[in-house]
Amino acid sequence: MSAITLDLGWSDWLALFGHYLALSLMAVGAAFSTLPEMHRYLVDRQQWLTDTQFTNSITLAQAAPGPNVLFVALMGWNVGMNAGSYGSALLGAFLTMTGMLLPSSVLVFFAARWGQRNRERRVVRAFKLGLGPVVIALLIATGWIMARAQGGSVEAWPLWLLTAVTTLIVWRTRIHLLWLLGAGALLGALGWV
Amino acid sequence: MPDVPTRPKSLRDLFLTLTALALQGFGGVLAVVQHELVVRKRWLTQEEFIEEWAVAQVLPGPNVVNLCLIVGSRYFGWRGALVALAGMLCVPTLVVLVLAVLYARYGAHPVAVGALRGMAAVAAGLILAAGLRLASALKGNPLGTLLCIALGAVSFAGVALFRLPLIVILLGPGVAGCLLAYWKLGKAGR
Repeated sequence: MSAITLDLGWSDWLALFGHYLALSLMAVGAAFSTLPEMHRYLVDRQQWLTDTQFTNSITLAQAAPGPNVLFVALMGWNVGMNAGSYGSALLGAFLTMTGMLLPSSVLVFFAARWGQRNRERRVVRAFKLGLGPVVIALLIATGWIMARAQGGSVEAWPLWLLTAVTTLIVWRTRIHLLWLLGAGALLGALGWV
Repeated sequence: MPDVPTRPKSLRDLFLTLTALALQGFGGVLAVVQHELVVRKRWLTQEEFIEEWAVAQVLPGPNVVNLCLIVGSRYFGWRGALVALAGMLCVPTLVVLVLAVLYARYGAHPVAVGALRGMAAVAAGLILAAGLRLASALKGNPLGTLLCIALGAVSFAGVALFRLPLIVILLGPGVAGCLLAYWKLGKAGR
């Protein structure tokens, strides 16, 4: 029950692929930083996706296992579904993911190799060590933002407790993380948190 | 630490390890990568992890994917990079597409909504714990404890409280940290 029905030719698929190729090198830090540009292109300009489909792609990728960048595959998938078949949906997911990852991966590969070869140089060491405290703070900030998204109200206290207990267990033990995720899912499904 | 560092046994080992950890990463994989590769498998030390991750974060592309690519290429060259990408993405992409089909049918069911809520709370804890554990690896950093805390606090406040874009943090405290580290390394004669 897609809201749009599309008839996409090969030039459209090529344009979709090209758009993600270009976005790839702009995505510094996280793929999310290019979301506004994706929205402008897919929803506003080409009208290949509805607003709801766009937002759902992000939410679902967040809830699913795997890197967050999979939301890109879901956007391609939904464009393909709007074009009418599972085949075109697979093509869409393939094109957007490949476009998003190809240029940046090639760049990262060569940059990392250069850095590995010159790792004793003062510039390279200063670059890596100087960013240490900043990237760790970014990680803690991400955890904080995720925890806060579950609500600051008094009713949300079981969720906060669950977050706190998880933090403590993972920090202090080598437990397999799936046990904790399973426990979280169970507590949530039973309605206890 | 008595722990001996190890390395992936083969490309197959690399692929399977990364697939397994990608499938555990709900709401982001970084915490799982840190836990599996540093704490459990010990392919990287805490210090190496932070260094490679700084590179992965600054270059374009999703940082977790970049990080795994760097780890793969470190052990097996370009083949390792390709296998790491494949391990990180192939199976998880299939899973998310299947979930998209299922979500279209059952997404609104209260049990599904509740389970996702519980998992999100756990995922937040995983990330916080990874951050706390890594913070202890900053002890040997040439910046020194005080500067590390100051740079970390400014970065945290910028992102968590003021919601500044990442680029501002990287150009602000990020560049400051690099310059200070360059200066300190020179003073220490390294």
